[in-house]
Amino acid sequence: MNLHVGLTDFLVVSAILFSLGIYGVVTRKNAIMVLMGIELILNSANLNFVAFTRFGLMNLTGQVIALFVIILAAAEAAILLAIVLNIHQQLDTVNVDEVDKLKN
Amino acid sequence: MSPIDTTLLNLAIAVLFLPLAGFTLLIFFGKKIPRLDLVETGILFLSLAFSLYIMIEKIFILHLGTLDLTFRWIDIGAIVGHPGFVLDIGIAIDNITAIMLVVVTLISSLVHLFSFGYMRDDIRYIRYYAYLGFFSFSMLGIVLSNNILMMYVFWELVGISSYLLIGHWYEKKSASDAGKKAFIVNRVGDVGFFIGIMIVFTSLHTVLFSGIFKGIAAGQLSGPLLTAAGILIFCGAVGKSAQFPLHVWLPDAMEGPTPVSALIHAATMVAAGVYLVARVYPMLTGDALTVIAYIGAVTAFLAATIAITQNDIKKVLAYSTISQLGYMILGLGVGAFSAGFFHLVTHAAFKAGLFLGSGSVIYAMHHEQDMRRMGGLRRKMPITYWAFVIFSLSISGIPFTSGFLSKDSILGGALAYGMLSGNYIIPILGYGVVFLTAFYMFRLIIMTFHGEPRDHHKFEHAKESPAVMTIPLVVLAALSLFVFYTFNPFSPESSWVMKSVVKPESVVPAAQTRGWDNPVPVETASVPSTPNTLPQMGNQTRSVTYYGEALEESHYVGMGLSLTLAFLGILAAFVVYQWKKVDAEKLKQSVKPVYTFLLNKWYFDELYGATVVAGTVGVSKAFAWFDGHVIDGIVNGAAAFTRGASSLSGKFDHYVVDGLVNFSAWFTGLLGKGVRRVQTGKVQTYIVFALLGVLIIFFAFRQF
Repeated sequence: MNLHVGLTDFLVVSAILFSLGIYGVVTRKNAIMVLMGIELILNSANLNFVAFTRFGLMNLTGQVIALFVIILAAAEAAILLAIVLNIHQQLDTVNVDEVDKLKN
Repeated sequence: MSPIDTTLLNLAIAVLFLPLAGFTLLIFFGKKIPRLDLVETGILFLSLAFSLYIMIEKIFILHLGTLDLTFRWIDIGAIVGHPGFVLDIGIAIDNITAIMLVVVTLISSLVHLFSFGYMRDDIRYIRYYAYLGFFSFSMLGIVLSNNILMMYVFWELVGISSYLLIGHWYEKKSASDAGKKAFIVNRVGDVGFFIGIMIVFTSLHTVLFSGIFKGIAAGQLSGPLLTAAGILIFCGAVGKSAQFPLHVWLPDAMEGPTPVSALIHAATMVAAGVYLVARVYPMLTGDALTVIAYIGAVTAFLAATIAITQNDIKKVLAYSTISQLGYMILGLGVGAFSAGFFHLVTHAAFKAGLFLGSGSVIYAMHHEQDMRRMGGLRRKMPITYWAFVIFSLSISGIPFTSGFLSKDSILGGALAYGMLSGNYIIPILGYGVVFLTAFYMFRLIIMTFHGEPRDHHKFEHAKESPAVMTIPLVVLAALSLFVFYTFNPFSPESSWVMKSVVKPESVVPAAQTRGWDNPVPVETASVPSTPNTLPQMGNQTRSVTYYGEALEESHYVGMGLSLTLAFLGILAAFVVYQWKKVDAEKLKQSVKPVYTFLLNKWYFDELYGATVVAGTVGVSKAFAWFDGHVIDGIVNGAAAFTRGASSLSGKFDHYVVDGLVNFSAWFTGLLGKGVRRVQTGKVQTYIVFALLGVLIIFFAFRQF
């Protein structure tokens, strides 16, 4: 069996990651867990960029974008964690379903 | 036009407008300037002077013919090929006019004078004089008009001044009612008059008398329509001159002040009807004249019979007036034109005198009018008494009075008519009235002036009236004597009135005349009513074929007959009331049904009350019912229908339109309720949807 790792394999892994991320974002009630789902989605995207850089015609652009995304994800995580921390302080919960002050 | 003509016409205009000026002055300044009544009276005497001058100039210097002043009043719509609408009006003076001017201004000024005394304490003294002036103006307008339209206008003005003066004491219900009655009854006749004018105007396109006669002579209006026009115009005279069947207003009009009765309801206004018939005389057909003669005869007889039974001194005189007016109309109708008009003139003098005399009596008796409470006044009021006797002799037709002259010529005319037509009903009625007239006049004199006073209290206070009241009586008594009219007391034909008032030649087609109406023989070949076709009457000769001849033949017979009857009437009055040979009460009892019938004035008021008035009220009630039920019903029905329709459309609005709106709202709500579930506010749900959407898009646009 010719074991050859190609673009398809990377894309499949990326798709699995993405799906897991979405699943996490949609199903988790804990805001932290939702953030973690978001991180998975971002990383699946990063994986795609890098894979296309290796096998595609994107030169280094994909890798640069991947780096940007990592930085962005870090900044985003920091801000979101701060928000979640504040929510917890204000509302005593991190359950996204219970945070509905704007609804009524 | 010669200078004298112009002068006369200008004077006539002055005579016409002077009383109007007086009226205006009194109405506007009566309360500010004292004693304006003197001015008004002075104006009337000035008018009288002018009128006398006009009459003397016209009759004794210019003789026959007409002075005419016509101007174009309305001229519209005249284009080439179309004459347009043209109305000419103006004034004219012929002999009739000239005499009437004097009659009107003379009686009017004497009544003005008399009223100084009679109306002295009246609350509306100045207004009374103003109305008298207004009446004089209107009456002179009728006299001077040379066209039928202007005459109609003044005719109505006379009607309104009569209404105002009858209702002068309008606080009295009977007076205001009498005013209304006079006005409404006159209106009935005036409608006929106006229809007559319209017939004439539509056929001949002119209202001038001269134009009308010219048109009829040219044959533009003939046949039944001409007869109808004549009778309809005569309807106006029936109303104003209180002829049967419209005579009912005149006795009631006695509610007005007595001088007014003398001026308006005895001498002038009621004579306007006679004047009208005289004016339109040439256009009256034979049939119309016969109708006129019958109306006059019936009126004269009917009123005379009622006068016998009345006890109110003014009522007797009122019925006497109606009776005498009937004589005038009869005279004109039978063809005694000059005699009819002559009687108008003489009657104006003696009847005005009778009314002023009764006014003097009423004044002395402190407004007592019932003759049964008078008596013996001869000693207290000699001037009034003797004047009254002269007037009564005159109205009874005793020689040496003016009434004898005029009445005798009317009766002669009636007899001539009987001979020519073979119809003796009219002369028989005429001569019957002679007896009745003499009887009721002397009944009045005896009850009022002779015998013993029946009301001693009032008798004690009675005294002769002041000079302003007796002077008019004396003047009128003098004018009731023959010398002012002719120097031969037995020959009416020789009087200047009869000579100057010539029967105008008829303009109607020969076939529509009575043939013998002309004073001289005419060719009777084409005339249907030739004497040959008439029934033989006694041993009367058939040679009498025209009016003048018949008049001559009947003259002495008629005179003897009327004298005998008049003396018999006076004798009867003396027998019953003075010497009491026959008890009046017993006489009344023996003919009770007739007496009651006459006392109640032939039940005319009751008849009209039951028919015309009740009919009018009934029709009004029917209309009121129709109005209340049908018209209001339609209106209410429309309202109800609208309300029903509104409520229906309201329901439609409520259920269908609102239902649609509400349904759409409800549907939207329902939709919203359903869709709201999607909007959870949970980001995670949105993400699922977004993801689903992406997947759908992905698969939808996937290119295999």
